[in-house]
Amino acid sequence: MKIKVKKENCTGCRLCQQICAITRFGEINPKKASIAIVPHFPEPGIFEPKLCTQCGVCFKECPEGAIHKEGDAYVIHEDECTNCGVCVEACPFDVMFTHAEVPTPIMCNLCQKCTEVCNTGALTLVE
Amino acid sequence: MDGFGGTILRINLETGDIERTATPPDLARGWMGARGFIAKTLYDEVPRDADPLGPDNLFIMAPGVITGSFAPCGSKIGFGCISPATNGHADSNMGGMLGAEVKYAGYDMVIFERVSAEPVYLVIDDENVEIRPAGDYWGMGSLDLEKRMKEDLGEDFQIATIGPAGENGVVFSCITHDFGRQAGRCGVGAVMGSKKVKAIAVRGTRSLPVRDLPALTKSTYDIIQRTKTHPLMEPWQKYGTALFVGWANEHGCFPTKNFQTTFHEHWESISGERLAEEVLVTHKACFGCWMNCGKYSVAKIPGKPDTYVEGPEYETIALCGGSCGMKDIHHVAYANWLCDNLGLDTMSAGNTIGFAMECYEKGIITKEDLDGHELKWGDIDDFENVVRMIAERRGIGEALSYGTKGAAERLGRGTLAFASQAKGMEFSGYDTRWYWAQLLSYCTADIGAHHNRSWAITADVQIGQDTWKGKAPVVIYLQHIRPLFDTWCCCRLFWGELDVTPEEHVDTIHHLTGWDVTMEECMLVSEKIWNLTRAHYLERNGGPGRKFDVAPARHLDEPIPDGPAEGHKVGRENFERMLDDYYYNRGWDHEGHPTREVLDILGLPDVADNLESVGLLGEPIEGGVPKVRGERLKPKAM
Repeated sequence: MKIKVKKENCTGCRLCQQICAITRFGEINPKKASIAIVPHFPEPGIFEPKLCTQCGVCFKECPEGAIHKEGDAYVIHEDECTNCGVCVEACPFDVMFTHAEVPTPIMCNLCQKCTEVCNTGALTLVE
Repeated sequence: MDGFGGTILRINLETGDIERTATPPDLARGWMGARGFIAKTLYDEVPRDADPLGPDNLFIMAPGVITGSFAPCGSKIGFGCISPATNGHADSNMGGMLGAEVKYAGYDMVIFERVSAEPVYLVIDDENVEIRPAGDYWGMGSLDLEKRMKEDLGEDFQIATIGPAGENGVVFSCITHDFGRQAGRCGVGAVMGSKKVKAIAVRGTRSLPVRDLPALTKSTYDIIQRTKTHPLMEPWQKYGTALFVGWANEHGCFPTKNFQTTFHEHWESISGERLAEEVLVTHKACFGCWMNCGKYSVAKIPGKPDTYVEGPEYETIALCGGSCGMKDIHHVAYANWLCDNLGLDTMSAGNTIGFAMECYEKGIITKEDLDGHELKWGDIDDFENVVRMIAERRGIGEALSYGTKGAAERLGRGTLAFASQAKGMEFSGYDTRWYWAQLLSYCTADIGAHHNRSWAITADVQIGQDTWKGKAPVVIYLQHIRPLFDTWCCCRLFWGELDVTPEEHVDTIHHLTGWDVTMEECMLVSEKIWNLTRAHYLERNGGPGRKFDVAPARHLDEPIPDGPAEGHKVGRENFERMLDDYYYNRGWDHEGHPTREVLDILGLPDVADNLESVGLLGEPIEGGVPKVRGERLKPKAM
């Protein structure tokens, strides 16, 4: 199971970021989301949603062994993570996020909530 | 305080002093944000003789209680000041991403006082607030500057800018954000420019405190799932507000050639469908909105650069398009870009240029006034020439920079008769000769002729056209409920188009704040604001109030010459009857002055005292204590 990104459908509404932070942290704060929406304006005028592809590079690079595969998703175990930043640097898609108030990098755990609120087909669930 | 950023920021541009105070809970509950905060602050603090473009005016930026929350489209942020167009209370709001960012930075209101000696821009980065020299930002176009500042500061800053028109004090200058979202009306951009503030950049990383997040999340989640399949969702997603172009023409309210008529024979070439086919680049949403009515477009015109801009929206198509006689959606999109980058409200600019085109047609404006150019209907080169002259206040652009009323006062020769404006602000994109409640809406609105205060076109259809009866109560209801969305700061389209009820929005506020709040309370807040801004207008401009609530002669006297609404007009007697009924139902006097009876009910006894001290407190008409308040006339409205 993966989340498929169709960037040409993204309208930049950030509902995905909101529900992500609500689900993960119980907070209204899109800056704590594990999705980025990169706007490319004024030209060419598109939004680029960036989301974990579950490629596993972070899992391989983590020096502490703090990232584990659980089901279809890689997840960080907070008690093992030293927040050294290696995974953030290593991520080939720039989708390991940080926030000053969060003690570990923030990464997608495939909870799928973003696909439930997206109304344009930019984020969909695929088996 | 749950639901709010928690801090009010006050910036003295003369001294550079920056003051932070906690947002008072009674201000929050009593005025709910944005339009309410702005109205209260302006009334309490701005001297009645302050020049709108002088140091004593305030310039205010304020999100509302819903802004930034996980509520249906809580994207809005208000900007306020005394308007240089109307000399009264002004608030104008925009969607996009800025409002949420301001809340995440922890602010409920930013008040700019006095005038900076040099051009500056403001950076708000959470608790860090800095006034910086604008340097070579000054003089740049609004859109060009936003691009530049994103490069200089980072993509994660949300930025609001003014263009050259705002620097030069054109009274319909706007504030631009997100490459095409505007606080367009009332000349808020001119006041920002008068303070020498070129831009505001904001980054906020904090979480918004919420009383009951699970309930809020469930409520919004359920509304999202329910509205996804609403029959109007798809057309709104495809065409945005431009879908209304066809309807407006079929119903004879589309301003055409400066409101000479109300049906544009070339409307199909500037319709929403044509927009989607020819210029659309991407659909673009405001923060937290799943309807994405924003359309981002590129205009391709031989001999001109390709220009990217958000829009054109219905209002831009109606006023830069129809009212200027345009026949090509690329030309409308280009006009949109010109106005946006110069920092002009496309509504007032389109209306004013349509007015100037009629003056040119009548020989009142000539080539000599236009640097040797013509000003023909539908000519994009002529449009470009004159809109640049307006932004620079050069040649005829100086007179036109005051809008249609100010220009008519300078041009004379009977031009005021065809200036479609009220209180100095131009009509939105709806002719009123077959839609009398809309004319009453324009002429009684506190900020001038703006449809966001009361859009009564469909109410006119429901009640019956060509009658004054029954119009005033509906207009009053709309004048309370529609601006309520500008107070809460969520988009009204979910209510107007997708059947999300006002009560659902009120539930959202309850989940956000913990307030035991009702729709009745919210409507009272809105009516309180309406009476306050009316009192403020009267205290600034004197009386009798009735002399300001006047309609342009064209809309009273001239029958529509052709199209679906051919032959219709309002007539002076009918208009005065509507106005009488309006004052009666508001509980005001015959001259449109608020009364102590009403102001006391609304918790504004001090305002009654102030009005009394200047001889502008009304005595209620017998039997005319407000009947509308609390009643629920609910016409389908945008």
